[in-house]
Amino acid sequence: MDFKTHISVQNLNVFYGIEQALKNINVNIPEKKITAIIGPSGCGKTTLLKSFNRLIDSIDEIKVSGKVLVDGENIFNPKVEVTNIRKKMGLLSQKPYPLPMSIYDNVAYGPRIHGIKDKKKLNKIVDHYIKESSLWDEVKDKLHTPASKLSVGQQQRLCLARGLAVEPEIILGDEPTSALDPKSSQRIEQRFLELKKQYTIVIVTHILRQAKRLADYVIFLYLGELIEHGPAGDIFNNPKEEMTKEYIKGIIS
Amino acid sequence: MLLLTIFSGLIVFLMAFGLYQRSRPILATKPLNELLFFSSWHPLRGEFGFFPFIMGSLWVTGVAVAIAIPLSLLTAIYLSEYAHRTIREWTKPLIDLLAGIPSVVYGVWAVLVIVPLIKDNIAPLFNRFSTGYSVLAGGVVLAIMIFPIIIHVSLEVFRSVPYEVREASLALGATKWQTVKYIVMRKALPGVVAAIVLGLSRAFGETMAVLMVAGNVAKVPSSVLDPAYPLPALIANNYGEMLSVPLYDSALLLASLVLLLVVLFFNIISRIVLTRVERRIQ
Amino acid sequence: MIAATLIILSSLVLILTTIVIKGLPAINLAMITQTPKGGYYLGKEGGILNAIVGSLYLAGGATFLAVLISLPVVLYLNVYAKKNSRLITFTRFSFDVLWGVPSIVFGAFGFTIMLFFGLRASLLGGIIAVSLLILPIMSRTMDEIIRMVPEELLDSSYALGATRFETALKVVVRQALPGILTAVLIAFGRGIGDAASVIFTAGFTDSIPYSLLRPAATLPLAIFFQLGTPFPEVQERAYASALILTVIILIISIVARILTKKFTKHIVK
Repeated sequence: MDFKTHISVQNLNVFYGIEQALKNINVNIPEKKITAIIGPSGCGKTTLLKSFNRLIDSIDEIKVSGKVLVDGENIFNPKVEVTNIRKKMGLLSQKPYPLPMSIYDNVAYGPRIHGIKDKKKLNKIVDHYIKESSLWDEVKDKLHTPASKLSVGQQQRLCLARGLAVEPEIILGDEPTSALDPKSSQRIEQRFLELKKQYTIVIVTHILRQAKRLADYVIFLYLGELIEHGPAGDIFNNPKEEMTKEYIKGIIS
Repeated sequence: MLLLTIFSGLIVFLMAFGLYQRSRPILATKPLNELLFFSSWHPLRGEFGFFPFIMGSLWVTGVAVAIAIPLSLLTAIYLSEYAHRTIREWTKPLIDLLAGIPSVVYGVWAVLVIVPLIKDNIAPLFNRFSTGYSVLAGGVVLAIMIFPIIIHVSLEVFRSVPYEVREASLALGATKWQTVKYIVMRKALPGVVAAIVLGLSRAFGETMAVLMVAGNVAKVPSSVLDPAYPLPALIANNYGEMLSVPLYDSALLLASLVLLLVVLFFNIISRIVLTRVERRIQ
Repeated sequence: MIAATLIILSSLVLILTTIVIKGLPAINLAMITQTPKGGYYLGKEGGILNAIVGSLYLAGGATFLAVLISLPVVLYLNVYAKKNSRLITFTRFSFDVLWGVPSIVFGAFGFTIMLFFGLRASLLGGIIAVSLLILPIMSRTMDEIIRMVPEELLDSSYALGATRFETALKVVVRQALPGILTAVLIAFGRGIGDAASVIFTAGFTDSIPYSLLRPAATLPLAIFFQLGTPFPEVQERAYASALILTVIILIISIVARILTKKFTKHIVK
């Protein structure tokens, strides 16, 4: 599969104190495609994902070696401004965590932080991205009510809108549908399939079927090691490694 | 055992009732507004105007809270959001140690250090004369005494804000300070206010340390360099003469009752707010 | 922000150093083994034995009385009472609220009780006032500790046929003993350092109290009175008292902390 690399992980090692969470990861993430990181629980998937926007920085006793290049720039370079990197990425967490403010303010928070004060501009941004996350019809009359009153599915779509509002290039999803009911999950998945035309999407998932539905590219992690990676078709139909075969078949999970 | 438990729950009411009973004589002879708003305090003549003492308490408590709020909050924010885990673990016990120092010891220190400081250094700076025994002295020592409670409770409140919300903000590209300012403080506000109110009520009721440095002159203070005579100090200072002058004991016990009610009011409201915060952690 | 933290920490250091600097020179064997001579305001000789012993008796008595009330109440709340009953919430809440009541109010109330019973300023009066003062602290701390005893432990005791009383005494208390001791220690520390509650109720004297009905000297009041005299020798005694009191409190805090650490290490959840 021919692709342009958006994120390039080179010799990435991550330690929590003496425990090594990621062992020498080398992989390239393709641009404007959906990449799924799969593997059993606790094998480093979330650590890898969160290293892309350096959210792992706040963990006590964390040590990182290696490089992660985004658009050619190493994000772990100490001279780099972390907030700029994070602006390029939008994160969708497992459980939606709306900010303690109204629906409108949730979406407007990001743009406001980055300097946009003009009310008209903010209105346009909020409207546009709520529509992009297919949430508009349900909230258009109550934009200024607290976000905490929404249902879980609605909150997750709000978080999507919030993340898109800072106009990132990359969307990161940490098991984005695992807390949702089937209908809401379906809506999020549909959004992702639409959004990949404009954004690079990387999702962590432990639902193999979801990976099969969505992924163009697959990365398989086991106990912090990169076992295999490649185009989705190859991985699911012709896995090369023994462990990959076993995981796909559902033997290890 | 059941009886004991019920008894303990009722202690507060017993106290209020007991003090009220003994305050009745003076409440019967003098109208309430005279007691609260008159400035003339001459027990031998039968005049019991509490106003200077109430104002004295307010002045000293006000100064204490004004000093304590910024220092405590900044420290709590630093320890909760910025500091390395080891620093936090070592600092918390030290702050709790501050809380354990007895009030008289604070008083001794304040007499040795703060009072001369005010008399020799601070007052001349403003071209004023002060004996050093002043609202400012009381306020400073009270502020130090209430640091621990404000910090301790605020830290608990910050802990109740789930870290994922902070993560969500950081993921959007906000800096730590922006996250603290817009997200953490928003969620923590009621709890932090409750912490401050608890500190305020502690300062209001504190006796010994203020007694030793506030000056104890029964006049309404007109500046922080003037002496003041807070309510608890009044009660403590005059226990000796209490029983020899008619109505004096009743007046002082009324003052205690007022103190109790004010403090209870603040404490109950704070505790209710904090219980809600605690429930969030679960 | 770091500056704020440093200011607060440095005030701690400042206070402790001042007390040590002023107090250390005043400490000598005579200071702690003799009682003051010549009247407690004017006596220029002698030491503060009256206050040391008085404080220990008073705080000890108050702690004992408080335990007699706290332990049964806390056991009741955790073993006997129905879960989440109104009584439990109400009692816990009222202890929390009592915790914030100023010590002078406890002194004043103690005074009213004394008047009611016709007591004079005495060791007993002080004990009553201080035990009320430290009751909330002791109860809350004990409560937190005993709450940590796992339900399953209680259940297994019941399953073996034990009554609630036996379970409370033999299982809960034994399991939580270090924690209970910590609570007692902390309360003792609070009680020994408080002046406002004893000023009305315990009186003051030069001698070591030999009966519950005689006035008793306490370290905090000793400091207060002696500092107020114009005689440097007497003021020296005040500094020595301050140092001794602070040292006692520091030791108690450190021991309590160590006990708490040791205790919580064994809680496996």
